[in-house]
Formats: sequence, C-alpha cells, structure tokens
Amino acid sequence: MSKLSIHGLVKTYAGGFQAVRGLDLEVESGEFISLLGSSGCGKTTTLQMVAGFVEPTAGTVRVDGRDLAGVAPEKRDMGVVFQSYALFPHMTVAQNVAFGLQMRKIRRRELDERVAEALSMVRLSGLESRYPSELSGGQRQRVAIARVLAIRPRVLLLDEPMSNLDAKLRGEMHVELRSLQRRLGITTILVTHDQVEAMTMSDRIAVMAKGGIAELGTPQQIYDRPNSEFAFKFLGLTNELSGQVLSVGNGTASVRVGQACLPWKDAGLPVGKDIRFFLRPERIRLCPIEVARCRASVVTRLFLGGVWFYEVESELGSLRMTVLNAGLAQPQEGEVVGITWNDDDLQLAGAEVGHG
Amino acid sequence: MADSFYRPNGAQWALSSPALALFLGLLVVPLALTALLSFSAFHEIHGIQVGHTLGNYLDILSDGYYYELFLRTGAMALGTTAICVLLGVPEAIVLYRMRPMWQGVFFVVILGPLLISVVVRTLGWSILLGREGFINTALMSLGLVDRPLLLMFSMTGVLIALTHVMIPFMIIAVWTSLQKLDGQVEHAARSLGAGPLTTFRRVLLPQLLPGILSGSIIVFTLSASAFATPALIGGRKVKVVTTAIYDEFLTSLDWPLGAAVAVLLLLGILLVVIGSNRFMERKYRQVFA
Ligand SMILES: Nc1ncnc2c1ncn2[C@@H]1O[C@H](COP(=O)(O)OP(=O)(O)O)[C@@H](O)[C@H]1O
Ligand SMILES: [Mg+2]
Repeated sequence: MSKLSIHGLVKTYAGGFQAVRGLDLEVESGEFISLLGSSGCGKTTTLQMVAGFVEPTAGTVRVDGRDLAGVAPEKRDMGVVFQSYALFPHMTVAQNVAFGLQMRKIRRRELDERVAEALSMVRLSGLESRYPSELSGGQRQRVAIARVLAIRPRVLLLDEPMSNLDAKLRGEMHVELRSLQRRLGITTILVTHDQVEAMTMSDRIAVMAKGGIAELGTPQQIYDRPNSEFAFKFLGLTNELSGQVLSVGNGTASVRVGQACLPWKDAGLPVGKDIRFFLRPERIRLCPIEVARCRASVVTRLFLGGVWFYEVESELGSLRMTVLNAGLAQPQEGEVVGITWNDDDLQLAGAEVGHG
Repeated sequence: MADSFYRPNGAQWALSSPALALFLGLLVVPLALTALLSFSAFHEIHGIQVGHTLGNYLDILSDGYYYELFLRTGAMALGTTAICVLLGVPEAIVLYRMRPMWQGVFFVVILGPLLISVVVRTLGWSILLGREGFINTALMSLGLVDRPLLLMFSMTGVLIALTHVMIPFMIIAVWTSLQKLDGQVEHAARSLGAGPLTTFRRVLLPQLLPGILSGSIIVFTLSASAFATPALIGGRKVKVVTTAIYDEFLTSLDWPLGAAVAVLLLLGILLVVIGSNRFMERKYRQVFA
C-alpha cells in the first residue's frame, strides 16, 4: 500500500506544446482517484509520466517518498491497464498473466497459484489456455486486469480501461473493479472521460482541464459544491442564470434575473453588479402554483425511463429540469406549472462558487 | 438481397476470363510444356526424340555434379535469406520507430532499388566488386588488405549483390507485421517488469515471426531461382541451378535435360514453401486468427 505524490509535473512535447502544465496531486495509500477530463486535456500523458513511459519536462513523481526520476518503467512496480488492453497476442491467457511473475523470477509452484488466484479474482477461471483473439472484449479486459493484479503492484494505473465495452458491461465492471480495488487496497489512478465511471468508482476525482487540475474532491463535493465554475459546467447538466444586483440591505440582496427578483442571502455584493447563478436541473421541483417560486410553461417533455426531462419557459428564462419517474401524472407540453427549489440549490458563479 | 450478388450465373467466369487467360497462357501452359519436355529423350545428333522416358531424371539423380549444383543453390538462397533476416529485421524496426516524415524518405531509399532493372543493378555491383573496383581500391588504400579480395566470381560477391536485390522484400514483409502491432504491448511488457531486451525477445520478436517467415519464403524462392545475379557476378565459377539450366538450353542444346533440372528446382522450391507454410499455419493460426 503506497502513497503517490506528484509535484509540479510538466510535459512539453517537441514543438513546444504543453500537454501537462504544473500538476500537483497526492494520492493516499489505498485511495482510488480518477483523472476526469475531456479528450486531449493531458490525462494519458500524466499517467504515462507516472508509469515511466514518458519523461517529464519538469516535476517529480514519488512513491512512498522515493523520487522516481530516471527509474525505468520495469523498476517502478506499477500495474498499467491500457485502453487497448495490450495483451500479448501470441500468449495464452495463463501465459499473459504469468508474464509479470516470470519477470520477477517467481518459482513455478507459487507462480501457478498466483495465476489461478488472479484469474479467479476476475472470474476467468477455465479460460487459461485461450488466446486473446478467442476472447470477447469484456474477457480481454479482465485478462488485462488479472495480468496486473498478479504482480501485486504498489500502484495501479488504469487508462480508460472500460471505454471499449458496451454500456451494460461497463456498468458491471465499474462495480466489480471498485470492490476488487477496495478488497486489495491498491493505490489506484483511473484516467477517464466518463463522468459516471469516475463518480461510481472514485474516492476522489481530479477534474482536469488544459493540462492541469481544475477541481479536486470527493464525487459529491465536486458535483454539489465545486470551487470552480469549470467543474460545475463540466459535470452533469446545469442551468445558468444571469442577473444584476438591484438592492442590498438587512443581510440580503435582491437580484433581478429575467423578469423576476430573487432574494440572495449574501449582502456583500455591490449594487448594480452583474452576477450569474447555477441551478442543477434535478434540484428544480414541480409544485402547486400557490407555493411556487416561479410559474413556468412546459416547452418540451421527454421521457428518459428513470426520469422525465423538461424544458420550461419561466420568468427567469429558459430552464431545464428533471423529475423522477415515480409513476405520477406529468404535465403536458404547453401546460403552466409551478416550480420551486431550496435556497441552498442556487449557487453563485465566480471565483468561489458554492461558498456563498 | 445480398445473396443475388453471389449467385453463380456464369458472369463470374466471364469477368475473370482475362485474368484466367493470362494465367493459363503465361504460366500453366509453359510449365506444362516444360514438364512434358523433361520426359523426352535427347540424342546428340538427332536432337529431341519422340516418346517418354525417365532417363533425364535418372541421369541427374546419378550424377554428383547436380547434387553439388543443388546444394550450392540451396546454400546461396539460405545464405541470402539469413543475411536479409539479420539486416532487414532491425532495419524495419528502426524504420518503424522513425518520425513519419523520415519514414517516407527512407522508404523511398529502401524501395528505390526495386525501380531499377536487376541487370543494371548487378552490373553496378560488378563495377564495385571487381579486382580494381571501388571496394578493393578503398580497402587497399586504407591498408586493411594487401591483396585485392576475390569478390567478383565468388559466392561472397553473389551473396552481397543478391542481398541488395532481396532485402526490400524482407523489409516490406516485416513492416506489414509491425503495422499490426499494438503500440502499447511494449509498454505493457515493460511495466510488468521486462527490460528492453526481454521485451524484444519475448514480446516483439514472436509477433514479428510471421512477417519474418513470409519474408524469408519470398527471399528464398526468388534467390533460389535468381538468374541474372549469379550469372553476371558468379559467372562460370559459381555455377548454380539456374545458370546450369541456361547452359543446357543454349550451349549443350539438351532441352529435355534442362527441362528436367528446371522441374526439379521448381519441386525443391515448392517443397520449402509448402513446408514453411504448414509450419506457420500450425504455429500461428490461433494467435492471428
Ligand atoms: N507524443 C506526442 N507528441 C506531441 N503531442 C502529443 C503527444 N502525445 C500527446 N500529445 C498531445 O498532448 C495532448 C494531451 O494528450 P493526452 O495526454 O493523450 O490527452 P488525453 O489522454 O487527456 O486525451 C493532446 O493535445 C495531444 O495531441
Ligand atoms: Mg488518453
């Protein structure tokens, strides 16, 4: 169980392109952390620098305090699962899993035991003598995981390992891999562009943007109370409301949004200032018009199975909202409804979103 | 719907008839005639006789001269193949690791020789390899040797020139295997604890073997049946099967004997090719399905 520290990591590729710019990250022993970001934001480059395949332009990577600069990948004791799985096509499943153990000069008997153990952990027992070309995508991915688990690495690095699986299998693998990681307590970094994947599996998520970390926290923190506007917009859906401070007094401010006035508890805002709020679609509720904060007319109604999705036109402007499909009658398109939310659900955009 | 495309209705024969005619006219018919000719008897004064005989084959099989000839040809083809593997495989890997722009440049350099006639290239080599040729002059003036090396009319010279002719085929074959490689498998091997050498031996090389083997088959076949290079560089000193066939046909005028030698060469090459193919199929069928 190892602690991984990344400090001031920078990668400038030939041609001067900075793929990673000064990344800091502490991964606690046994922690599962995700690097979440859109394609091209430098996730893979970061992981490859940790694994030792790419040399950092600046910065340090430490495992349990030991600087890994100049340490060859084969000496780092890290297990890497690649997006393409990178299985050895000329070796059987058992030979693939045994490879890392052979490199560690493990004796025959222990080797056989550990191969069997790793394969049973990923529920592949019985497929030992198959070749990778004779396996399904999900099975290949399990072999790739068994192959790294067999060597009991100090750190597990996963580069979008689930992106080639279909949605249902992916969901199952999330749960399985997560419980396996918990059980073994391996310090893990997962790279992904899939929010659901990052949320379901991670202890903490680092949202990456343009080669740096934009937001770091538990899944709930970064979704509900992110510090950065970027994270708020990047994760899930949100409504953005623009307004202007009308008046301040008695510890509350009055903010004009669209044709409505919203009270805002923070009185520190100057009058006349242009501000923006964020409001998550799932925090907006339907309610009787008498107790509503706002009246709205339904423009679009979509049935998504677990939830209903609405687009409504209100005094605040156009809003998106979701309502759990609890079997209740739903308003039709064109109908006028009342909507409401809690004071806490509204978040002020700016340098310190969520602390208002 | 889609089935109608494949329903046999005679059109497929009509469409493939030009290719079939070419194949029949230029390959099957001459081969069949040669095979037929090899069973004819030959008389020094009366020429080719009517009737069929195994005499030519019996003559060849009972004459040590031909065994020597076939052995030398086999050695030449095997030697060329071995050199092409030793030089071509690393060359292909270096090429694979280059930046795309340099890859383009070096591909032209490597494939360039294929654009020039074998005869012209071979004559070029005979200028370089001669007693007073560039290589000997350079070696002498550097003081590396005191007497000119025997390169022209020697097996060494033939191997050098044949390798030059054949190596592009090896590089192309290995290159094809490299293209199929998952670029991450090397990283995977390294992170599992294998050093660069072990990674090459246990992960990279086995995946290149099918390419190396098919390259070897091409090089072996073309070398064993090469004529221009052994004829121009080996001359009378390094006589191989093809140059012997040439002599039977054009000097001794014993066409049936020449045809029999040709048929044996063809059978020998076929044996090697089929044998290696079997081996490859058995060993790699599952892996590269
Ligand atoms: N070898 C390389 N040379 C130059 N640029 C590269 C190289 N590898 C990646 N990049 C660039 O660095 C950026 C980040 O790449 P990457 O780390 O693969 O992103 P991600 O995994 O987040 O999608 C991309 O814009 C990519 O084009
Ligand atoms: Mg990536």
